Amino acid sequence: MSGAAVPEAPVVLRLEGIRKAFGKLEVLKGIDLVVERHEVVCLIGASGSGKSTLLRCVNLIEPVDAGRVYVDDVEITAPKVNVDRVRRRIGIVYQAFNLFPHMTVLDNVSLAPRKVLGVPRAKAEADARGLLARFGLEEKAAEYPDRLSGGQQQRAAIVRALAMEPDLLLLDEVTSALDPELVAEVLGVIRELARGGMTMVIATHEMGFARDIASRVCFLDGGRILEEGPPDRIFRHPTEERTRRFLQRVIESGRLGAEQAAGSPTD
Amino acid sequence: MGAAARSTLIAAVSTVVVFGLLVAVVVSAPNWPSVQESFLNGEVFWSSLPAILTAFRVNIALFLVSEVLILGVGLFVAVLRSLPGPVFTPVRFLATVYVDIFRALPGVLVIYILGFGIPGLQIPGVPTSPFFYAVLALTLLYSAYVSEVYRAGIDSVHPSQDAAARSLGLSRFQSLRYVVIPQAVRRVIPPLLNDFIGLQKDTVLVSYIGVVEIFRASQIKQAATFNFTPYIATALVFIVVTIPLARFTDWLVNRDRKRQLASAR
Ligand SMILES: Nc1ncnc2c1ncn2[C@@H]1O[C@H](COP(=O)(O)OP(=O)(O)O)[C@@H](O)[C@H]1O
Ligand SMILES: [Mg+2]
Repeated sequence: MSGAAVPEAPVVLRLEGIRKAFGKLEVLKGIDLVVERHEVVCLIGASGSGKSTLLRCVNLIEPVDAGRVYVDDVEITAPKVNVDRVRRRIGIVYQAFNLFPHMTVLDNVSLAPRKVLGVPRAKAEADARGLLARFGLEEKAAEYPDRLSGGQQQRAAIVRALAMEPDLLLLDEVTSALDPELVAEVLGVIRELARGGMTMVIATHEMGFARDIASRVCFLDGGRILEEGPPDRIFRHPTEERTRRFLQRVIESGRLGAEQAAGSPTD
Repeated sequence: MGAAARSTLIAAVSTVVVFGLLVAVVVSAPNWPSVQESFLNGEVFWSSLPAILTAFRVNIALFLVSEVLILGVGLFVAVLRSLPGPVFTPVRFLATVYVDIFRALPGVLVIYILGFGIPGLQIPGVPTSPFFYAVLALTLLYSAYVSEVYRAGIDSVHPSQDAAARSLGLSRFQSLRYVVIPQAVRRVIPPLLNDFIGLQKDTVLVSYIGVVEIFRASQIKQAATFNFTPYIATALVFIVVTIPLARFTDWLVNRDRKRQLASAR
């Protein structure tokens, strides 16, 4: 990595033994993960394997039952940590966008900088307009979210997270709620973020996209990270039988493009 | 004749017939002339109306002052009741007890107990003005109802909205203030208005503790004239004031329903 000149810690996120259960259902049974600065880690796994839960545990929206989360080498699961301060530095974008329907797009984006960081309204709005323009949404600044297409709403949600200038961005299946023709515009935005060096953890079903963009792919199964590695290895030569079967099912359901299918684990 | 015009005509005719029959029945009652004299006396009506309207200003003042307080206190209680986690259990418990008690008590009782009881203690410095206790009693009574309306609104905002706000680093309070409550309040405006129609009418209850408001003023006029027409005048005042508010509330409810239908397309 070319991070020599960067004074920040090279490890942005470290998870140690994260456990989480909902009642009797153990969803996460000890997750360890290290994400370095500028890395893009993709989480793949069957629906219900705990990808969303894991991301929600990282920003403590879901309290963990056991284990530790470190951000920039500071443990945020320690008692007395101010979680509001931690969350400023971790952006998260949800599958269902969760824009605030009673606010314009501009207010959605500038709310947190103003209220959390204390940026004056004029500057927060100017910054927000700049960001919206960068993602092709300058014309939508004054609109309410329900006037936007799904793709535009999801891009606005990404811009809202970026306005806080997070050190880490978590994306939870951000294209799953979109019509197929709108998926590309959102994936394009994420590609651009990756090129800009944004550190990201992405839960996704878009295997072609994961393969392009990920520095590392983690396969979640049975509450654990069963297998992880560079995308080429995971997609071409998975060592675990369950990974192989998962990818097989994905191919059969047509989620993997023809190009990826050619290098599928069955060859 | 078009179908719409014909149904309008049928509606008009049937309304006139029904009301005509009602009036005929009442007017042909054996004792009608004396009832007419004691309830619908034009002279008494016009002579008592100025005093009644003047006294109605007290009801309006009571309503406005109490309404502002109720909107604030009701929201505060609703927020207390929606605080999560075991830390807030005592607060939630107290707020729940308050709401339960004041919804259980008949309004007149609360007004009596507060209006006569507290000044009766003769604690130095405690206000003695009946208007003060009238406002206090109405605020305590109606805040209990209104807090339930707010709470339903807060509960109707999907938790993902709070999660999105908290994820951006907003505190619990900021999330309530900027994200949850604005959405909740928008949804409960029609039921809130309904409660305020009730409040408007209940302002007459404070006549029991000596506030000279419209009902008390009409009692005074009735005693002076030995005639019940002042009550009819008071009834008319309430009808004139309340019906527009009721229609406005219906209009808001309908508009919201149409919006929801439109956005659920
Ligand atoms: N708040 C919750 N309460 C109860 N069960 C939950 C909750 N959130 C998730 N789960 C359950 O946890 C499991 C993992 O869910 P999730 O993390 O959403 O998986 P994924 O994102 O991989 O599809 C599922 O069985 C789901 O039903
Ligand atoms: Mg999920």
